[in-house]
Amino acid sequence: MIELLMEPRWSPYIAGAGIGILLWFSFLFSNKPLGCSTAFSRISGMIESILSGEKVRNKEYFKLFPPEVDWQVMLIVGIVCGSFISSFISGTFHFSFIPDTFELNISDNILIRFIFALTGGILMGLGARWSRGCTSGHGISGLSQLSLASLVAVMGFFIAGIFTATIIFSL
Amino acid sequence: MFERLHSQLTIQKMLGLLIGIGFGFCLQKGGVTSYDTIIHQLLLTDFTVIKVMGTAVIVGMIGIHLMKSLGWIHFHTTTGSVGSSIIGSLIFGVGFALLGYCPGTVAGAIGQGQLDALVGGAVGILIGTGIFAHFYPAINSKILSIKIFSAETIPELIHLPRWIVVILMALMIAGFLLFLETNSL
Repeated sequence: MIELLMEPRWSPYIAGAGIGILLWFSFLFSNKPLGCSTAFSRISGMIESILSGEKVRNKEYFKLFPPEVDWQVMLIVGIVCGSFISSFISGTFHFSFIPDTFELNISDNILIRFIFALTGGILMGLGARWSRGCTSGHGISGLSQLSLASLVAVMGFFIAGIFTATIIFSL
Repeated sequence: MFERLHSQLTIQKMLGLLIGIGFGFCLQKGGVTSYDTIIHQLLLTDFTVIKVMGTAVIVGMIGIHLMKSLGWIHFHTTTGSVGSSIIGSLIFGVGFALLGYCPGTVAGAIGQGQLDALVGGAVGILIGTGIFAHFYPAINSKILSIKIFSAETIPELIHLPRWIVVILMALMIAGFLLFLETNSL
């Protein structure tokens, strides 16, 4: 068992099955689908209220999703911790800025990687709230519930993702 | 089931943390917290992301539908629309390819020491969700309700019993994963 936990990589089927089982716990014990993007909008609202005061709470969107620490924000904190534990005990934890594939095919300049990541993040945050979910909220939780909106959204994520990646990497 | 537990907010925050730790652990072990794995999926040269997601859906779906049939849990679905589901997901997809992480795996990437995920990705997602929150009243009234879908779920759309669709969906995903394996993808 300990050896399994210390392995750097699991079969994708074992990792996937583990996530599927976590979805059961999430519905059963917390009455929540596994999803990550709502938490980002709550954290964004919290940062905004530090910068510009409590009036942020009057924004229509933050009335729907109040900017406070809840189950979903803690889920994100947990993901950071879980991934740290996993990489640390298997000895693969290391600091890096530019991923290998990016460095090899696009640029070895930190500023260029930063601009790609920031622009991509902005579009992704916008699109995730726009379509009411992300790869986990729609891709795993939504599809598991046989949600039509999620099926359409997942197709959209991958169609636009494959198209954009193919263009970027062929330039 | 567990209604009292659901209303205990402090315990719920701890449960969120615990489930998140498990989720981050599995994502990292599956290799999907790495930019290389995700970008190779989008370039269709490595199918790890689809394998992880497909298995998670098969296992998750069968379990939660069983618990729903037993009356233990409630589902949380909303009706989509062209304005929300299609436009939003296409914007997301472009960002997905530029960033190379999604909102869950960006957190996992930070955990394994990836600094572009922290200073670029997570900051960008926070800015993006902030922009959406700011323009939400206009986007909501003008775009999100364009062509609302006629059904909330796939079984409602194709008029088949829920369990038949669960079985068909599981078989289709399993068939696709088997196809990937037999073609060494």
